[in-house]
Amino acid sequence: MDIERITVIGGRGRSGDREPLEGLDLEMGAVISIVGPTGSGKTALINDIGLFANRNTPSLRQILINGSTPPEDCLDDPSRNPIALITQHTTFLSDLPVHRFLSLHARIRKHPRPADVVEETIDFANQLTGEPVVVDVAMTELSGGQTRALLIADAVVIGNAPIILLDEIENAGIDRTRALELLRRYRKIFVFVTHDPRIALLSDSRLIMHTGAMQAQLLTSPEERGMAERIRAVDDLLLELRERIRAGDRVAFEALGEAIARARSALSKEEGS
Amino acid sequence: MKIVICAGPPTSGKTTVLKQAARRLLAAGHRLAYLKIDVQFADEDEVFHDTFGIPARKIYSGDLCPDHCSVLVLGDAVKWAGAEGADLLFVETAGLCLRCAPYIEGALGIVVLEATSGMNLPHKIGAMLSLADLAVVTKIDLVSQAEKEVFRANILDAAPIDVIEADALHGIGIDRVVARMQRTAPVEGRLMLRGSPPVATCTICAGKRDIGWEHHFGVLRTLDNDLFYRGQ
Repeated sequence: MDIERITVIGGRGRSGDREPLEGLDLEMGAVISIVGPTGSGKTALINDIGLFANRNTPSLRQILINGSTPPEDCLDDPSRNPIALITQHTTFLSDLPVHRFLSLHARIRKHPRPADVVEETIDFANQLTGEPVVVDVAMTELSGGQTRALLIADAVVIGNAPIILLDEIENAGIDRTRALELLRRYRKIFVFVTHDPRIALLSDSRLIMHTGAMQAQLLTSPEERGMAERIRAVDDLLLELRERIRAGDRVAFEALGEAIARARSALSKEEGS
Repeated sequence: MKIVICAGPPTSGKTTVLKQAARRLLAAGHRLAYLKIDVQFADEDEVFHDTFGIPARKIYSGDLCPDHCSVLVLGDAVKWAGAEGADLLFVETAGLCLRCAPYIEGALGIVVLEATSGMNLPHKIGAMLSLADLAVVTKIDLVSQAEKEVFRANILDAAPIDVIEADALHGIGIDRVVARMQRTAPVEGRLMLRGSPPVATCTICAGKRDIGWEHHFGVLRTLDNDLFYRGQ
């Protein structure tokens, strides 16, 4: 099935009132973040999308693909389901070595050149995480960051799902700017549930959730996009601090001089603009 | 009377699947009854009675193999459910033995397996899977896309039956299980086990604790021999 667009037709929020945002269209290639406080209904919304809600979930939302109700067969078989959902709790349980596990998945997907997609998957995962994946280590021995990176890479490359839903990936040692760059090379719809300002500002738009209801969709303005770039220096400062603390160093303000200077200059540029 | 027999290992989510299904079936106007068979403890009958106000009961099999017990009591249970005015009877097994297969002809046999139980589980269980009509795979939100697909492929490799993935806790995938229950025809006439599952009561099940074949009767084997029969 060629997916051009998914549509969320709004239902009701937790109060029972109609959602302020009546609907949402996601065109192929769109990158959107879902933002809002915890308990605002972000995860419920991506669950609605993930199961093609048809006014049969508490929100009464309806999901359409290319303007109509999704065919039954895409729910029947996960390999034909156009949606891959990766949540905070999703993990690998198999203790097979990485390359054997990925080969197994590639074989089930009947890839003509399984070795190539496995290599592409590992390559992709390694660009997402700072700690390269060793291919003959067991899946269950991977770190949290490696696991998350490989889950995403497997869904994108071997699974090749046209719609990927990612629930709070920022909590697991993923290079976020790099992730967004890499993911945009694949023509897919990416939906991030996120509390991370950089992921939100690097998306094409963000959907604001509150009390279980879709409130509004804000397109990322050029100014906001520029902000994501500048704020990166602040983020890098914190990352460097984190790295030093993780390495067992004592830290001092002066020792971070260069990172602080970069952050200060990035921020003052913003004030001037 | 439509009959749904739900088997599956402990903690696989049988009760959660049936609770989610019960809510939808009652809303659709069905009249449900629920029977739980377990060895020595179960409170699911109270849960179904208190939550849905439907006739519900449990049977403790005690020393008897719970699936053997199910064969013995199911005839009476169908009559009981009929007398209670039900048009659909849920039977939930103890789920303690990975090989149990208490499905009957004409009923809907569901095996509930959790996606987290390891990709090879479908190859390890026998008639519990192969004699079922439908496998419901639960806890799908906890495993990777790859493992979901491998698990499904392994089920289909072990037995060509229908498979529905579900996150029963959040009600995901349950509508399709319910549709399948609604399509099931009522069971008429004689009730027959679907196959010959390994549910025979043996001297061990009945409480004889001595180790060694010399102490037992029925179908036996020694370390080096094939099965043989010894009567009392």
